[in-house]
Amino acid sequence: MSEILVLVEQVEGEVKKVTLELLTLARSLGTPAAVWAGPGITAEAKARLAEYGADKIYVAPSGDLVDYVVAPKAELLARLVADKAPAAVLVAATAEGKEIAGRLAVKTDSGVITDAVGLGEGFVADQSIFGGGINVRSKVVRGTPIVAVRPNSTAPEAAAGAGAEEEVSLTLSDAARAVRVVERVKQEKGARPELTEAAIVVSGGRGVGSAENFAVIEGLADSLGAAVGASRAATDAGWYPHQFQVGQTGKTVSPQLYIAAGISGAIQHRAGMQTAKTIVAINKDPEAPIFELADYGVVGDLHQVVPQLTEEINKRK
Amino acid sequence: MNIVVCVKQVPDTATERKLRSDDKTLDRDAVDGVVNELDEYAVEEALRLKEAHGGEVTVLTMGPGKATETIRKALAMGADKAVHLSDDALHGSDALSTSYAMAQVLKKIGFDLVILGSESTDARTGVLAAMLAERLGAPQLTLANKVDVEGTSISVQRITDYGFDKVEATLPAVVSVVEKINEPRYPSFKGIMAAKKKPVETLAIGDASIDPAQVGLAAAWSSVVDFAAAPPRAAGTIVKDEGDGGTKAADFLASKKFI
Repeated sequence: MSEILVLVEQVEGEVKKVTLELLTLARSLGTPAAVWAGPGITAEAKARLAEYGADKIYVAPSGDLVDYVVAPKAELLARLVADKAPAAVLVAATAEGKEIAGRLAVKTDSGVITDAVGLGEGFVADQSIFGGGINVRSKVVRGTPIVAVRPNSTAPEAAAGAGAEEEVSLTLSDAARAVRVVERVKQEKGARPELTEAAIVVSGGRGVGSAENFAVIEGLADSLGAAVGASRAATDAGWYPHQFQVGQTGKTVSPQLYIAAGISGAIQHRAGMQTAKTIVAINKDPEAPIFELADYGVVGDLHQVVPQLTEEINKRK
Repeated sequence: MNIVVCVKQVPDTATERKLRSDDKTLDRDAVDGVVNELDEYAVEEALRLKEAHGGEVTVLTMGPGKATETIRKALAMGADKAVHLSDDALHGSDALSTSYAMAQVLKKIGFDLVILGSESTDARTGVLAAMLAERLGAPQLTLANKVDVEGTSISVQRITDYGFDKVEATLPAVVSVVEKINEPRYPSFKGIMAAKKKPVETLAIGDASIDPAQVGLAAAWSSVVDFAAAPPRAAGTIVKDEGDGGTKAADFLASKKFI
């Protein structure tokens, strides 16, 4: 079967869950080959990639791949597409992943599909568009299919691959080194999982009422090992940082469980969370549109319901 | 500084958006068009950079005739002039075609800085700025929530999952902006009146050396196999909090094995 390139997402040497999902997906369609862009691959990371089915691991250890923005990774993948003629290239549908996919598409004269929530035979991709209102199946018809797949689109399953390492030496073009990263500023809040990757997301909206009250949302999130999100109303009010905004002009999440507290469920918000597998809503307005989506809804004051829920969860652990 | 700000007319997200059954493209006739929200931040940023550094702001849009509404809004906010790429041959263009066509126009009209919103609310691909940078061979400074220009140096804060990266390059460059980079101004009455007299140049594909074989539905690099309205979610259980709402919600989570 032909090779499918999977661009590895990693944080300080640790392979992210979405990469394991992509390898799992690639295995159903061909032979996965992981692509590690940048320095710092560890024995643990290689073992992890092999464990989830990477038959090959292409390692391009140049620091330039991470010290310059987006373009070097696209150049690396373009080189591998030319050398290895893969059946497809999969990247995570993060903001950067999609940009890499976009540049790679131009470089290789290939079609690109973004935000796939599923991928089947013939690389036909499932997408959910217009705020979740329409399901589309689409495919690339020119060049090598490049597909940016949303985190949580598939459950990662281990199935060992050979994990044969092959070093790729790459001389980047000047154009790929046009934008230099001069400083990385970390503004992480605690040890919570990343919003777009998290299996569970707990979000607060207008009903939360203040920045201080977001502690209630964080408490519930921490009881479940979840990420915290916020509606636009909450970020506009300055109660929670913008990078946690879920919705049309913020992040799109597709977790196993989404809990919306004090969020009415306007299209702005729904567009960012409608593909969640299970949705729980807590809102004091019984007419709130979020209840139309909810698998389980509690009509009530979140300031009563959420702390009680948190306590129950902690009790039952 | 010669700033070109790319704006897109998109269907109002408050209305029901549909795909056409004949060619599976967005049905633009069925809905009201509005300026893509993130592009308003791009217009505002362009105006602020012009106010700080001098120069001119040109609005560039690609779209059917009714996209002139979007151009007028950007001009009313304060942009100086506009270029409208409009040609039936462009109908159904995907992101690759769109980036190609817009890059051809940008090469023709020239720029020091191209600014656009980081994604549109209709297609939401988030790839256009990166594709434009690739096609133009210009530095890509995308997902910016702060832009600083000094002479020919440009520095932006690029938002990331962990916070932001400070990144630097040399003009000419392509910038995309995220929400909250600024507060877009409302057009004043004076601005709206003045916009009516500002020059709008309409280009067909031949005017910008755009190869008709590389644009439109027939040239698309990807195609829709089929589509259907999302099945409505099965009606959930809604309970009223009688002092035990949290406990009941916990029971539900336990039944689904989340706890």
